Amino acid sequence: MENNAFYVALSLLLNFDAALFQIVALSLQISLLAVLVAAVLGFPLGAAVALWRFPGRGGLIVVLNALMGLPPVVAGLIVYLSLSRAGPLGEWGLLFTPGAMVIAQVLLVLPILAALSRQKVEELLGEYREQFVSLGMSRSRMVPTLLWDARFALLTILLAGFGRASAEVGAVMMVGGNIEGVTRVMTTSIVLETGKGNLPLALGLGVVLLSLIMLVNACAYWVGEMTRRRTG
Amino acid sequence: MTAFNASLLASSALCPPPALSFDDVVFSHEDKVLLGPCSFTLKSAGPSMVMGPNGAGKSLLLRLAHGLLTPTQGQVSWSGEGRPRQAMVFQQPVLLRRSAVANLIHALAVNKVPRKSRAKLAFDALDRFGLSACSHTPARVLSGGEQQRLALARAWVLSPNVLFLDEPTSALDPAAIKAVEAAVREFHQRGTRIVMTTHDLHQARRLAGDVIFLSGGKIREHTPSDTFFDKPVSREAQAFIAGELVE
Repeated sequence: MENNAFYVALSLLLNFDAALFQIVALSLQISLLAVLVAAVLGFPLGAAVALWRFPGRGGLIVVLNALMGLPPVVAGLIVYLSLSRAGPLGEWGLLFTPGAMVIAQVLLVLPILAALSRQKVEELLGEYREQFVSLGMSRSRMVPTLLWDARFALLTILLAGFGRASAEVGAVMMVGGNIEGVTRVMTTSIVLETGKGNLPLALGLGVVLLSLIMLVNACAYWVGEMTRRRTG
Repeated sequence: MTAFNASLLASSALCPPPALSFDDVVFSHEDKVLLGPCSFTLKSAGPSMVMGPNGAGKSLLLRLAHGLLTPTQGQVSWSGEGRPRQAMVFQQPVLLRRSAVANLIHALAVNKVPRKSRAKLAFDALDRFGLSACSHTPARVLSGGEQQRLALARAWVLSPNVLFLDEPTSALDPAAIKAVEAAVREFHQRGTRIVMTTHDLHQARRLAGDVIFLSGGKIREHTPSDTFFDKPVSREAQAFIAGELVE
């Protein structure tokens, strides 16, 4: 019985295991903050690429699309090199802190949000363009209108980004260092426990992580449905 | 009524709507001339109906006049100073994915109407076009007729000097057509210059002050509506009114 992953997960939760809650909270904080920062940067970037024509636009779209598949360890390596003592941003002293983990995850999530929102906004623009020109809207005025009208699609894109952030382990392991009580998150704990041969605990943590992601998705779905019903 | 709207109404009632001139305008795409060369001036009271068979270039002419397209050659110009305030109602209304009233408020915001007066202007316009009951309904679940009236209400809140309408009733039932025509008359009475395309002869008879008749990308005739319907000058217009198939 004690070796059953669900039993372990349940007992971890029911016993209000302090270490577990700390890990869960840190995981959520880092991933949500990373997605928020990536959205603030990525959605306007996606809309801008959809709206403006400039030399190298095609190349930028290809790069953004390609970076959706950026391997987390590569993102981690880039952030690691930048933040290490000798690196260009070494002075910030962020390496092996939650801040570094947020930066690494922003790097992973930003291309997803920018590339997918670019596609959606461009689609919407095709439909709205004549009306917008008729209303005398400048391109920069079109950005907030298009982003708001694409809000349901953007919510789904946001979830894809959150999924990427909360599931990855390579980048946060490299730049966070999996330090207990400081930078240990769910995915790095699972790696650690698996390495130690503590498979039930690793699986238990997996179950908790999966439930969390489910919960966030359910909330987003519910919010989406409520607003969709109210505003169409 | 707000000061904003009142001042606009007063200004549009005092001076006649701006005259529109096409000076040797040509529009071509990939070396194929789709419209023109055409020259005309709209300065009579109107409403001006642009008529002709499908593919004659009616929509092109409207888009060139409104500035959605740039002529390949020639010039489109307006009397008076600067570019007059314009709005356009399309065949398929393009509405934002928000409530009816939010669509109007957005148009007002884009036109830099002070935030405080937006809601009042928007609800007044919805009321005028019989849409009060669905002001908070998502615009895109409204019926076809309601959507077109909402597009007209959006044009109304902008108090345009010129209103372009591109086949605004072609997808509507008789009751909805009647409502749209009433709205067009209301705009006309407010002193807005109306330029509208239609291929419906009866509708043109009901609304037109003057008619521009197009076929094959050329203007065949621009005459007052009495002349156009009773004694059309061009052979193409004669055939069109007689119900023959004109290309």
